[in-house]
Amino acid sequence: MTTLRAAAAAVGRNLGGARRWFSGVMGADKYERYLEYHAAHGDPGETPMTEREFWRDWQDYQQNNPQGRCC
Amino acid sequence: MSTTVNPPSSGGSGSEPDMELPPVAVDPEVLEEEHRRWTPAKIALWVAIALLGGVAWVMLAIVRGETVNAIWFVMAAVCSYLIAYRFYSKFIENKLVKPDDTRATPAEYKANGRDYLATDRRVLYGHHFAAIAGAGPLVGPVLAAQMGYLPGTIWIIVGVILAGAVQDYLVLFFSMRRGGRSLGQMARDELGPIGGWAAIIATLTIMIIIVAILALVVVNALGESPWGVFSVGMTIPIAIFMGLYLRYIRPGKVMEISVIGFALLMLAIVAGGWVAETSWGAELFTLDRTTLAWFVILYGFIAAVLPVWLLLSPRDYLSTFMKVGVIVLLALAIVVVRPEITVPAVSEFAGRSDGPVFSGSLFPFLFVTIACGALSGFHALIASGTTPKMVEKERQTRMIGYGGMLMESFVAIMALVAAISIDRGIYFAMNSSAAVTGGTVEGAVAWVNSLGLTGVHVTPELLQGTADAVGEETVVSRTGGAPTLAVGLAHIMQQWFGGASMMSFWYHFAIMFEALFILTAVDAGTRVARFMLQDSLGNAFPRFADTNWRLGTWLTTAIMVAGWGSILILGVTDPLGGINTFFPLFGIANQLLAAIALSVCLAIAASRGSFKYLWIIIVPLAFDLVVTVVGSYQKIFSSEPAVGYWANHFTFRDALAAGETSHGTAQSVEAMEAVVRNTAVQGTLSIVFVVLALVVAVTAILRTIQCFRQRTPEVHEDPFVDSRFFAPAGFLPTAAEKDLEKQWAKLPLEVRTPGAAQGHHGHGH
Repeated sequence: MTTLRAAAAAVGRNLGGARRWFSGVMGADKYERYLEYHAAHGDPGETPMTEREFWRDWQDYQQNNPQGRCC
Repeated sequence: MSTTVNPPSSGGSGSEPDMELPPVAVDPEVLEEEHRRWTPAKIALWVAIALLGGVAWVMLAIVRGETVNAIWFVMAAVCSYLIAYRFYSKFIENKLVKPDDTRATPAEYKANGRDYLATDRRVLYGHHFAAIAGAGPLVGPVLAAQMGYLPGTIWIIVGVILAGAVQDYLVLFFSMRRGGRSLGQMARDELGPIGGWAAIIATLTIMIIIVAILALVVVNALGESPWGVFSVGMTIPIAIFMGLYLRYIRPGKVMEISVIGFALLMLAIVAGGWVAETSWGAELFTLDRTTLAWFVILYGFIAAVLPVWLLLSPRDYLSTFMKVGVIVLLALAIVVVRPEITVPAVSEFAGRSDGPVFSGSLFPFLFVTIACGALSGFHALIASGTTPKMVEKERQTRMIGYGGMLMESFVAIMALVAAISIDRGIYFAMNSSAAVTGGTVEGAVAWVNSLGLTGVHVTPELLQGTADAVGEETVVSRTGGAPTLAVGLAHIMQQWFGGASMMSFWYHFAIMFEALFILTAVDAGTRVARFMLQDSLGNAFPRFADTNWRLGTWLTTAIMVAGWGSILILGVTDPLGGINTFFPLFGIANQLLAAIALSVCLAIAASRGSFKYLWIIIVPLAFDLVVTVVGSYQKIFSSEPAVGYWANHFTFRDALAAGETSHGTAQSVEAMEAVVRNTAVQGTLSIVFVVLALVVAVTAILRTIQCFRQRTPEVHEDPFVDSRFFAPAGFLPTAAEKDLEKQWAKLPLEVRTPGAAQGHHGHGH
């Protein structure tokens, strides 16, 4: 029973890892990463952008910095 | 110089109040020892890989029974990649690249939480791969299958090892050392104004032709296909819905909306089948290629002037989602189904220059037909864009640049396998232009059987049966590679999932993802080209440099769309077939861009003083230049009308002057005039591309010689900054790397998050 539970936990961990990997590849975790960055290196007096503000800012950035997609 | 010896930066520099940090890099001696330590298990593993790879190559190249199993393609490719990655890319790293993990990457010293953002190497690998891989590696190998499977397989695997992956790796590394500068900027820095400008103009024109040919592939795949038009058309409202959701309803919930979008996409594919069966659906969505081409042009313009969040970025999410999913699915399917391949290793057309799929002899045209997958210049634009701003540590560039390209090559191999798993008669019926088959089943049967290919005998029942199975009116003359790949994929997938009744679903699933990749490349390409044009025009008319100036944006977008749109229309209406005459131009353009990228790398490597190992760049550059220059030369000067654009041009001009009303496959005076016009455009573009690329190559060679004489040339790298962060270099951390990871994991998250902390950091020089 314990081995079964351990195996289930391992599968769960791997699935969780795969999901996190995929979300990183898609760029879905950008806001979390921004918060980490801000906590470590941002201006201490400045509150970080809200999720909505952050994505607006990111879309504005994309608008002005187009990135090619390959053939 | 880049070879500055720098102290290990543990403890930080200066006197700032700073906790003692563990080392930021594995000691180079420990690293070398780990790399060179050959345990019996390690030896056994590499011997096994080498043996397996060797057996696979023998099966493909020498044994060649009646049939060969597809699994050998996978084995030959994977074992070759592993050996190249472990040994050759490591050699390049040690001798030419010389990364230094004590040096901060732009993601660290320019960190801003937005585009300069250090990203886990495994995630960045997927991210980079999704940016470089698209429809290119899926299309080229399909067309190249006309010459048999062996020439294409060898070029895809050997080409990527010695050329494509080397280019991607070096461009990524050099751009990273320059804070993520673009290829054009690097060309200007390294080659001076003439080489720099030639590189920028070449990039711009090459981008136009690449977008045009990709659009041609999609138009050919959707022409006269109500099912395809409906389901691909539905991606636009789906993407807009996703865009609005992310903008206003739940910002940032990318995974959630991507899953919803994917479900809607699947529904659109299934619904396409229902719609195509109704009389109104068939009437509304059966569009001829010219009409479709105009729709794509209109779409390209609107998509490029709309805000990115509304259409482009949500579709990019869908495209990435599909890309990773489909490639995993296809790899599994090939391993599970293991189709038998009956196509000959080297076909009748390998020794001729009049193949119906693309014209020209094996050398040089096979090497330009398969561009993406072996060597793709376009990647240099990606490797000098987003990715270098996200790399955590310098040594990771080998895995991401070199390793990422190996994966794209693997996609090309799988596309080749899918294309050659279908009957050869069907292959030639699908890929010969309507100019020779007449676009009818009877015409195609007569044409294919007249080719005199051994073992090939098509019947009308076979062609019509295939069309019915995939839910299309006809499969005759569906050129461009995408429909052939879709039939091949459907053929393989249905053996695994769902059986024959699922074939039409898998066919349209494949058409859908190819169209998705291409349409994303079309609007992203238009946007990038428009910004480049705005930037260039801004030098003369400063107003254009302001990208918020609406009229300027519309005007420059219109110019770019007119550029690729006009070539698309020429391709669609080409009396000689379209793909077979235009595709070589796409390949040559892409390979010339690679020559430009490799030239820039040559000049940079020379300025770093690595003369002894410059051959690592010179070998692929020389081969690429020979291929493209000979290819261009034949396209410009060949007296054979099937090959030379100008030969064809003058033949048709003379025929018109002599008052003829039909010539070759052109059945009317208008068609003949179209040939005259198209060949003039193709011939002129060939000349422009090759001249620009040669200007860049010559300036790079002059610069290399100058560096050799000077001995202490100027290096245009960003100044050295100490790294204050650690991450392993490869997919799996080594023992020493694991040990360092553990030490770092004990620190609080704020301390080990890479970024330019305020106040400290001694700048090197």
